[in-house]
Amino acid sequence: MKKDETIERHTISVLVDNEAGVLARVIGLFSGRGYNIESLTVAEVDQAEHTSRITVVTSGTPMVIEQIKAQLDRLVPVHRVIDLTVEAKAVEREMALVKVAGTGDKRVEALRLSDAFRARVIDTTHSSFVFEVTGAPDKIDAFIGLMRPLGLVDVSRTGVVAIARGPEAM
Amino acid sequence: MAAQELTGAEIVIKALVDQGVDTIFGYPGGAVLPIYDALFQQNKIRHILVRHEQGAVHAAEGYARSTGKPGVVLVTSGPGATNAITGLTDALMDSIPIVCLTGQVATHLIGSDAFQEADTVGITRHCTKHNWLVKSAPELARVMHEAFYVATHGRPGPVVIDIPKDVQFQKAEYAVSPHITHRTYRPVVKGDIDKIKQAIEIIANAKKPMFYTGGGVINSGPVASQLLREFVRLTGYPITSTLMGLGAYPASDKQWLGMLGMHGTYEANNAMHDCDVLINIGARFDDRVTGRLDAFSPNSKKIHVDIDASSINKNVHVDVGIIGDCAHVLEDMLRIWKSKARRPDKAALADWWKQIDTWRDRKSLAYKTNDEVIKPQQAIQRLYEMTKGREVYVTTEVGQHQMWAAQHFHFDDPNRWMTSGGLGTMGYGLPAAIGAQIAHPDALVVDIAGEASILMNIQEMSTAVQFMLPVKIFILNNEYMGMVRQWQQLLHEGRYSHSYSDSLPDFVKLAEAYGATGIRAEKPSELDAALKKMIETPGPVIFDCRVDQFENCYPMIPSGAAHNEMILGDDPEGASVSEEGKMLV
Repeated sequence: MKKDETIERHTISVLVDNEAGVLARVIGLFSGRGYNIESLTVAEVDQAEHTSRITVVTSGTPMVIEQIKAQLDRLVPVHRVIDLTVEAKAVEREMALVKVAGTGDKRVEALRLSDAFRARVIDTTHSSFVFEVTGAPDKIDAFIGLMRPLGLVDVSRTGVVAIARGPEAM
Repeated sequence: MAAQELTGAEIVIKALVDQGVDTIFGYPGGAVLPIYDALFQQNKIRHILVRHEQGAVHAAEGYARSTGKPGVVLVTSGPGATNAITGLTDALMDSIPIVCLTGQVATHLIGSDAFQEADTVGITRHCTKHNWLVKSAPELARVMHEAFYVATHGRPGPVVIDIPKDVQFQKAEYAVSPHITHRTYRPVVKGDIDKIKQAIEIIANAKKPMFYTGGGVINSGPVASQLLREFVRLTGYPITSTLMGLGAYPASDKQWLGMLGMHGTYEANNAMHDCDVLINIGARFDDRVTGRLDAFSPNSKKIHVDIDASSINKNVHVDVGIIGDCAHVLEDMLRIWKSKARRPDKAALADWWKQIDTWRDRKSLAYKTNDEVIKPQQAIQRLYEMTKGREVYVTTEVGQHQMWAAQHFHFDDPNRWMTSGGLGTMGYGLPAAIGAQIAHPDALVVDIAGEASILMNIQEMSTAVQFMLPVKIFILNNEYMGMVRQWQQLLHEGRYSHSYSDSLPDFVKLAEAYGATGIRAEKPSELDAALKKMIETPGPVIFDCRVDQFENCYPMIPSGAAHNEMILGDDPEGASVSEEGKMLV
C-alpha cells in the first residue's frame, strides 16, 4: 500500500456553536491526537445564531489532514468543516502590530519601508513606531524580517483568517 | 395549561422517566443530595447503590451492552466525578452509550477551589463524546434530552451532565419534548448508495473474500446481526470478528473462523493476510487486530462500513469507505446483491475454503490437559459446555483469562458478551456483570476473571449481595498477572518484575465475608462438580479456580509482527520479538 508522506499545509474553517468550552474541544482534539496547529483564530461571526468561526492552519500528511477534518466534524457543536486549501480557492489574511524603536536613519528607513508594505502607523513616540500591517502571512513575515535590523522590539500577530472566493457561503 | 414549575432535581428525574430509564447506578454525596432526595420521593426509577463510582459506570456499561439501551450513572462532584473517569474512558473507547450525571458545587462557588470541587467538564472533555455544565434550571430539561440523543445516536458513547447544587434546587418549567432535533449533531445512517454498489461489485468478484466485523454490528442492534447473518450465508464467505463483535455472527456456524487479531485463531489471521477482498463491517482496524500495519492484509481490496467517518482511513487506507449505520448499509447491500442476482465465484470460493481448512487443521486453540492441574482453557471450555442452552451473559476482566474466554466461550447471539476491549480496564467484569444481571434478573451472568483483576473492583461484591444479584465470578487463579508475565517472558527474558499476585485473599472466605458463596476447585477431577454447584447456587458466587500457573495464551501475534507470523505455542523458535515490536504495547 502506497502512502503519501508529503507534509501539506492546510487552512481549515470550522463553523461552531458559540458555547462554553467549544474552543477547548477543538484545541484539545489537536493536542490529544498530536496534530499541529500553526495558527488559530476564533471569533463570533453571527450573534443571532450564536455561531463562531474558527480558522486553523495545520500541517500533516494527506491522511492526517483527512483525519483532522473527520475528527473536527464529529465534535458535537460543529456545524461545518471546510478545507479552504482543497475545496475552495480562498483568500487568507493576517494582521500584525509591529513595534520598532530607534532614532535617526533607522527610524527613517523603517517608516519608508512601512510605506512600501502599506503598513499604517498607529502609535508613535520620538523613539518608536507601532505599525499595523495586513496581508498574507508571508508578507507579514517579510515585513518583520525587514524591521528586525531597524529596531524591532515587539510583534503581535492575529493568526490567519480566511474565506472562500466567490459568491457562496461556507 | 401552563407547565408546572419543578426543581432542577425533579426535572432530572422527570427527564429520565421520559427517556424510559428505569434503572440508574450511583453513589450519593453532598453535591447531588437534592437529586437523591427527589429519587427518594418517587418509585419509577430504581437506584442501584454501587461501592465505588468506577463500578457505577462499568455496571451501566454492562446494562447498556446487554440491553442496547443507554446506561445511566449518578455521582457526586469532585471525587465522585474523578472516580468515574476510568469508566467513562472505557465507554468512549468501546462506544457504549452512557449518560453520567455529576453533581457540582453551587454556581457561585465554581472556580473557588470549593470542597469537593473539580473541573468536571474540563476533566471529562477528553473522555466523553460530549459534556455539559448546566448553569440554570431552565436549560436542564433540554440538556438532559440532548444528552440522551448524543449518547445514543451516531457512534454511541458516554456523555456527562454536570449539575451545580443550586441548579438542582432552582425551579423552572419542564416544557421540552424528549424527541429533539439536534442543532448540529445529525449523524448519517444511510450509506452512499453508489459506494454500496461499488462495494457489491468488489464483493461479488472476490476470489478469496473475508468478512471482518466488529462492535459496530452489535451497537447497531439485533437487526444488524440478522442482516449480517443473512448476507454472510448468502455469499458463503468466511467471517471473523473482533473481540467487541463476538456474538453478532453465531460461533457455531461453519463459516465462522473465530476471533482475529493478537490472540485470534490461526485460520482467521491467515485468511485476513491472504484474502483478496476484505469486508470490514463495524470494526475499526484497531492495532490489536492489524498487527504490523505495513504487512496487514497486503493484497486485498478493502471495504469499510462505519458510522464514524473518522474511523475510515484512520489506520488503514481502504478502497471503499461507506459512512453509515451497519443495519442500514447491510440492508442496502443485501437488496442490491439480490436485485442484481449476484453469485459468488463457486470454484474460487471452494479453493479458498480448502486453503482455510488447512489452516483450521492446525487447531491453533488446542491445549493439553492432564490429571494434576486444571488448564485455564479447559476451565472455560467446561464452563461453556455446562452452561450451553441457558440464557448466559459473560463479562470479563482484562488479561489472559479474557483472551481465553474469547477463544473458548462461544457466542451465538449478540449482546451476550461484555468485555473491556479498547481501554483494557482491569476491574471491569464484576460491575459489568452486576449491570447485566440487573437487566436480566433470571439469566446466568458469569464474570470470567483473573485473581489480579477481580481485586480491582472487589468492593462491588457488596452491591451484588445487597441487591441479591446472583452473579458468578469465575476466577482463573494462576497467582500471576498472567498477561504481564507472558510479555515479560517474551520481551524481558523472564524477569517477572512485580507480576506475581502475592498475599492474595482466601477467595472462598472472602465470598463468605460478603455473605456470598465461595467455591474452590484445584484438580481437573473436581471441576465439573464445582461448576455445577456454582451454576445451581441461587446467590452470588466467587469461584476460585486454581489453574496452571505458567500457561500462556496462544496463538499470539507478537507485537510488531504480521498476521502470518503467529506464535502457536511455547516453542522457542517462533517466540521472538523485533526491537521495533518491543516499543509497542
